[in-house]
Amino acid sequence: MSRLLEVEELKKHFPIHTGLFSRVSGQVYAVDGISFHIDRGETLGLVGESGCGKSTAGRTLLKLLEPTAGKIRVRGEDITDLDQDGMLPYRRQMQMIYQDPYASLNPRMSAGDIVGEPLVIHRIGAPKERRDRVAHLFERVGLRPELVKAYPHEFSGGQRQRIGIARALALSPELIVGDEPVSALDVSIQAQIINLLMDLQDEYRLSYLFVAHDLAVVEHISDRVAVMYLGRIVEMTDKTTLFDTPLHPYTEALLSAVPIPKYGARDRKRVILTGDVPSPINPPPGCHFHTRCPYAMARCRHEVPSLREVEPGHWASCHLHDAGARFPLAKLGRE
Amino acid sequence: MNQAELVEPESAEPRMTPERTVLEIANLQTHFFTTGGVVRAVDGVSYTVRSGETLGVVGESGCGKSVTALSVLRLVADPPGRVVGGTIRFEGTDLLDLTETQMEEIRGNDISMIFQEPMTSLNPLMTVGRQIAEAIALHRGLSRRDAMDQAMEMLRRVHIPEPERRAHAYPHQLSGGMRQRVMIAMAVSCSPKLLIADEPTTALDVTIQAQILDLMRELQDTLGTAIVLITHDMGVVAENADRVVVMYAGRKVEEASAQELFERPGHPYTKGLLGSIPNVEVAAHINTRRARLNEIKGMVPSLANLPKGCTFAPRCGFASDQCRVAYPPLAQYRPGHWIACWHAEQVLGGTA
Repeated sequence: MSRLLEVEELKKHFPIHTGLFSRVSGQVYAVDGISFHIDRGETLGLVGESGCGKSTAGRTLLKLLEPTAGKIRVRGEDITDLDQDGMLPYRRQMQMIYQDPYASLNPRMSAGDIVGEPLVIHRIGAPKERRDRVAHLFERVGLRPELVKAYPHEFSGGQRQRIGIARALALSPELIVGDEPVSALDVSIQAQIINLLMDLQDEYRLSYLFVAHDLAVVEHISDRVAVMYLGRIVEMTDKTTLFDTPLHPYTEALLSAVPIPKYGARDRKRVILTGDVPSPINPPPGCHFHTRCPYAMARCRHEVPSLREVEPGHWASCHLHDAGARFPLAKLGRE
Repeated sequence: MNQAELVEPESAEPRMTPERTVLEIANLQTHFFTTGGVVRAVDGVSYTVRSGETLGVVGESGCGKSVTALSVLRLVADPPGRVVGGTIRFEGTDLLDLTETQMEEIRGNDISMIFQEPMTSLNPLMTVGRQIAEAIALHRGLSRRDAMDQAMEMLRRVHIPEPERRAHAYPHQLSGGMRQRVMIAMAVSCSPKLLIADEPTTALDVTIQAQILDLMRELQDTLGTAIVLITHDMGVVAENADRVVVMYAGRKVEEASAQELFERPGHPYTKGLLGSIPNVEVAAHINTRRARLNEIKGMVPSLANLPKGCTFAPRCGFASDQCRVAYPPLAQYRPGHWIACWHAEQVLGGTA
């Protein structure tokens, strides 16, 4: 597999301005040094709870937000410091699908114009060719071609998400970042969209960065999964290993908190974390998770654990590995 | 409070108290009279809830699961909405016959409700302690000071750290999970016989959701409250409900014990829903990426313009001519397992 995208120690901090002169009084450490790669045709899931920085990570690597630090490489080319013009050819290769199918479509443009707009911006094809391309895209995502003239409000949530997908496909990108692309949809529609995304991946050999909070959805669609907590990746490996032998206490708690739609699942043992996720404005020192971690040691309170390859291809950031702890930590009830 | 707890599964022992019916909804019809026509949001729904039991009510947006609950509390805005038929018996009394004053006695006292978005259901201008105390003072006739003491006790019971300090906080100063705990404290402050929880954890993160559901179970065990748990999340239902009602387009299409429903779904819609949700356990072990989820084709019909016959027929793989003509009656196929489908035998038999 060829490496499509590499992200190295990526950071995105947002300054907080207060007072009359907008003095910078603090920083939101939304993304605080994350590294990963995505291969051609592969799906990496980025999962975590609200405020963990997963959406910011997706936006920053597309340079919709300027990174504070770190490197982003596409096929080995460093795009971190490119300006808007320099980014143009890369934008064709990297597209995005948004969560809210209501807010992400311009209500004053017809669906056909929305899907065709990227072609216009990148000056691709004559008007006739663009129309054909749009019609083809409509068909491909399961929308009737005569709907090109309809406006967003005439579509249901699931159909709008199909428009968003068609728009992302218009430029034949190699990477699509989906930011919670199915979270706003009813379950029966969610399944339609997930299936569509997987079909399109096969057909066009797309790579996905699939950002979502729903671990079941992420595991379904992903090859590998990265778990984020307060701006950092705490664990990353293939989905089966992540589920069977999580090497981070947070992953373990997250897995045990996900309700399983099967009778009898309620009888499993589970870890219930106490407390809330701390604020990314003032994250706890040391390991960010130590305030909620049932296994926290003195060292965790002041020393940041680095993400390291504990097993081949299995990355985790936890001091317990040095302390010789055996994972999984809790004897969670599983079949 | 910084330690996570390893929670042992509860024993499967049946509860000692004999169960009695707390709520009995029969043939409820709540319609909305709009300029676009009559919207039959709830169209002949019946269910019962017994003390100490959790009834899960599942369905997708617009299926009428929330409107049914609002009808019980008589909170449906009129106009445009009105209960046009049926009965809602709470401990034998038809709530639809009560005056508004009598209803106020019951709301928040005998029947409480928890909503999805705690921020919009709490008063932003009052400290959370006072909000809880207000309900207690009103229903129990306590003095302000005694009510405040009670409120503090309630905050402690829902495991809010430093309740003395939090009681003086305003809703915006609390996290989402903490706000939902406040809502629960308020809802159970008068030891209600029935608690209606409408998507109580939908707005919360999954680790917080686990905390809140755990808390609700704990309170149910101590208070013996009957709970109606309304949700779209089949996982939440599987892990929390004793019995389940599945709704589609304003009607109950299936009812069964949780075990029966998940192991032998008898309505094509239920079966489709269960097949369409990724399961974290299963998803982790699919090695071929080509494992497709079951789709339910098409979308939920408009309630103002429902198809003839079975409302699910246009999306249903089992649909026959009969389905397109007449709505199937709700019938009992196995003990306690009710299904409204002409082809239920076939669905139960698993021949799809």
